[in-house]
Amino acid sequence: MESEKIDQIIDKHHGEASSLLQILLDIQSENSWLPKEVLVRVSQKLDVPLTRIQHIATFYKAFSLVPKGRHKVHICMGTACHVRGATRILDTVEEATGIKAGETDLDMKFSLETVNCLGCCALGPVMNVDGKVLGKMSPVKTAEALKTYE
Amino acid sequence: MARLNTPEELENFRQALLSQRNPDNPCISICAGAGCVASGADDVIAAFNKEIEKEGLTTTVGTKGTGCPGFCERGPVVVIYPEEICYLQVKAEDVPEIIEQTIKANKVVERLLYEDPVTGEKAVKESDISFYKSQERTVLCNNIKIDSRSIDDYLAIGGYSALAKALSEMTDPEVLEEVKKSNLRGRGGAGFPAGRKWEGSRNAPEPIKYVIVNADEGDPGAFMDRALLEGNPHSILEGLIIGGYAINANEGYFYVRQEYPLAVENINFAIEQAEDYGLLGKNIMGSGFDFKVIVHQGAGAFVCGESTALMTSLEGKVGEPRPKYTRSNIKGLWNRPSVLNNVETWANVPLIINKGADWFTSVGTESSKGTKIFSLVGKITNTGLVEVPMGMTLRDIIYKIGGGIPGGKKFKAVQTGGPSGGCIPEDKLDLEVGFDELTKAGSMMGSGGMIVMDEDTCMVDVARYFIEFLTDESCGKCVPCREGLRQMHRILTNITRGKGKEGDIELLEALSETAVEASLCALGKSAPNPFLSTLRYFRDEYEAHIKAQRCPALYCKELIAYFIDPSKCQACMICARSCPSEAIDGGKKKIHIIDQKKCTNCGTCLEVCPPRFGAIKKLSGEPVPGPLPEEERMITKKS
Amino acid sequence: MSVIQFEIDGKEVTAAEGMTILEAAQSAGISIPTLCHHEKLEPYGGCRVCIIEVEERGWAKLVVSCVYPAQNGIIVRTRSEKVDRIRKTIIELLMAHAPDSPQLVEMANTYGAARDRFEKDPSFCIHCGLCVRYCAEVAKKNAIGFVDRGINKEISFIPEIAAKVCHDCKECFQLCPTAYLQATFVLTESLAFSPSSKELAKEG
Repeated sequence: MESEKIDQIIDKHHGEASSLLQILLDIQSENSWLPKEVLVRVSQKLDVPLTRIQHIATFYKAFSLVPKGRHKVHICMGTACHVRGATRILDTVEEATGIKAGETDLDMKFSLETVNCLGCCALGPVMNVDGKVLGKMSPVKTAEALKTYE
Repeated sequence: MARLNTPEELENFRQALLSQRNPDNPCISICAGAGCVASGADDVIAAFNKEIEKEGLTTTVGTKGTGCPGFCERGPVVVIYPEEICYLQVKAEDVPEIIEQTIKANKVVERLLYEDPVTGEKAVKESDISFYKSQERTVLCNNIKIDSRSIDDYLAIGGYSALAKALSEMTDPEVLEEVKKSNLRGRGGAGFPAGRKWEGSRNAPEPIKYVIVNADEGDPGAFMDRALLEGNPHSILEGLIIGGYAINANEGYFYVRQEYPLAVENINFAIEQAEDYGLLGKNIMGSGFDFKVIVHQGAGAFVCGESTALMTSLEGKVGEPRPKYTRSNIKGLWNRPSVLNNVETWANVPLIINKGADWFTSVGTESSKGTKIFSLVGKITNTGLVEVPMGMTLRDIIYKIGGGIPGGKKFKAVQTGGPSGGCIPEDKLDLEVGFDELTKAGSMMGSGGMIVMDEDTCMVDVARYFIEFLTDESCGKCVPCREGLRQMHRILTNITRGKGKEGDIELLEALSETAVEASLCALGKSAPNPFLSTLRYFRDEYEAHIKAQRCPALYCKELIAYFIDPSKCQACMICARSCPSEAIDGGKKKIHIIDQKKCTNCGTCLEVCPPRFGAIKKLSGEPVPGPLPEEERMITKKS
Repeated sequence: MSVIQFEIDGKEVTAAEGMTILEAAQSAGISIPTLCHHEKLEPYGGCRVCIIEVEERGWAKLVVSCVYPAQNGIIVRTRSEKVDRIRKTIIELLMAHAPDSPQLVEMANTYGAARDRFEKDPSFCIHCGLCVRYCAEVAKKNAIGFVDRGINKEISFIPEIAAKVCHDCKECFQLCPTAYLQATFVLTESLAFSPSSKELAKEG
């Protein structure tokens, strides 16, 4: 990602260190992940130790320090979904994609994450693929749904 | 759009809006909350707009994408005004019929109405549906009536009149007094009296103060705040401005979790519109009161729902809580007096100012005034958001409103209060919801999550689940939480895998005491609650797992085996074909047998076996019966 | 500056305003065990070993003395059945990581903590934070920091900075209660410091 774009985002937040999370979120929504060079640049421009930025980028689960696949799969593991069988949905996805939560497959097709509650509890079990919420999933429906992604 | 510079201008504008709207013209409200959108509401809205244009009805029939009315199980939800006809699970294909029958011919489309599962009776109006009948939707009622992106809709239902009243007819101490008198207690979980919190900040000597909306709704299973943030953002904003006025704070923050992108969008929209109208910014409605609002997104950390961690996160740091020996309403954000309240708490404020503290205290119990929104989810017939007066019993909520347990299953427990709460068994269902009752039973009301569990839920697994959630979300700073939960998780996982040992329960109890007494923040201090409450009411399940390697609920994967009952198997081949591990041996008319060595306990066979056969059984703590001899496996016609 | 008077273990203690109970105890010669505390660093409140019982206005509660402010008229107990039991469990939890740490072994003897009560964890680090905090607050080099959270939290050197500054400093090494810090440094050095940056460090 070009330094110009990064600087633009930092300036949008007036270069304030208190907006660190917002800056990183904005950068990530453009770039889908946070390369180390980005963290270094932000550290320099905001005059904040790189250790603090590194801690923030790893503490908060919205950030990724590695490139993501084309399709981002989030399985909701909230209590309501759990009670309705979310674990079996996760097992099905892991089986079908060959990766575990937190990983991206070698073809960079799928990135799998678990999420602690998307707030669509009435539709549990729920999964979110590329921002689209899919509800009332079952192992069979899940396997079918995954096949539709290129 | 000209700024509204005085309360009179606001009123005149409101009247002008109302005069332009004909209440007799049909208005079709379609829920556009995240849940219904996931069920296809966007297609339904598009279909309505297309059909209305096609039929030339655009001048007389309106459509709105509205906020969440809470009946999420049956979405997409459509309510047609002025008759309040409520249609459920509406699809785009249903739209032409609705326009033809209901809009043009004034007839009801029977198949889209709610049908009572017991009496078979159909309900036409939203208020007739048993899910809604016993509710008192003081805060949520407006969601289905307004387009959440239209400030005009909010003004048309009386929006910002409370702010106008506070700024022009009341002094700031009077506003504070009214909130104190109302006995409004925080809806985020701790239940601290809001008025007292506000007063502490107001009286603090430091002149710069803040008011903050905690919109980091993290309790899994709870989505009350999502519905309010997406559906009626102005109601929260109005409450926040009034709060700022009451404590002399000129700056407010929304901290919204980024897992709610629609909420973030709608809040930002609302702020922009309010600024355009002069209801936010400098010299609001000529009162001399300045107020500005900044929106921060969370970044995926449950612990940031804790007030001191939230404030630390607002400062651009990792969300590590601070000791609460000095309260954050005195030293909070940037070490300045900060009033942090939950979304639902703020949403109640305009109602209290408009209708008065006496109105608010007329509902509820002695110690818990007003209504509370709960998210009723899990193994329950009517899943969704319910708003009831404090003091209603759990039994009424689960059975009268929730419609009981589906599938003929037996109720086992209701989990309240999220990861800080506990499980309440059947014999305690007559407890009243409120801030104090549920705590005596070992749980708490919390932010409103209410997860119903049935006979198929393993309570040991529930404890393990919550501890796992918290090991994931713990900030990791203090030993009792980080290390204590780490060990508790190990022990509970072992128990669910049949590797529990004598002494495990005592070890878990010792770790619980350490976490409760010595943790840095409320996350750690309340983390043992799900374990302690399930141990209190379901000790027999723990003992079965440890002593007999048996899961009574037939849930724990390592302790169950799937078995095809030969007396019921009709050899239809459906399970054999669906099994992802090819573990089922059988053929047409040849009774199927599961190869236990290949079986991964995925449960697909149970899911696909036709209900009229019901041949798949789960076993636990007993040996799997040996396979039928080959010669007995052929199904012959019964004579 | 007003003076605060209160009681610790039956003894009258005087403190200056703004002091924590730990500071007041230490100046009165009363010992309270600590792990993550260091006089040159801001109080951290992470290990919870300095936990004590405070009675004020008739109510008793447990608080951590390194952070809790001294107040007039409070009654402090540095040992009690409950305090000891909790300290013992904390030590046992930390011994799942670093059973041979001299500081932990000494405390284990005092409180009867069992070395093997809990299942061992492969990482020695007990997250006292002394290294990270010292590098940030005293050395002001920010060469080492925390990453991640909860049970996945770890300390991590930033190779580019550490390559330049650590060789001549290493002041944090003596603060570490376990062998973890040195091990981490050596590993980082061997994996991430390129030869040219080692030369840079030698040039100073």
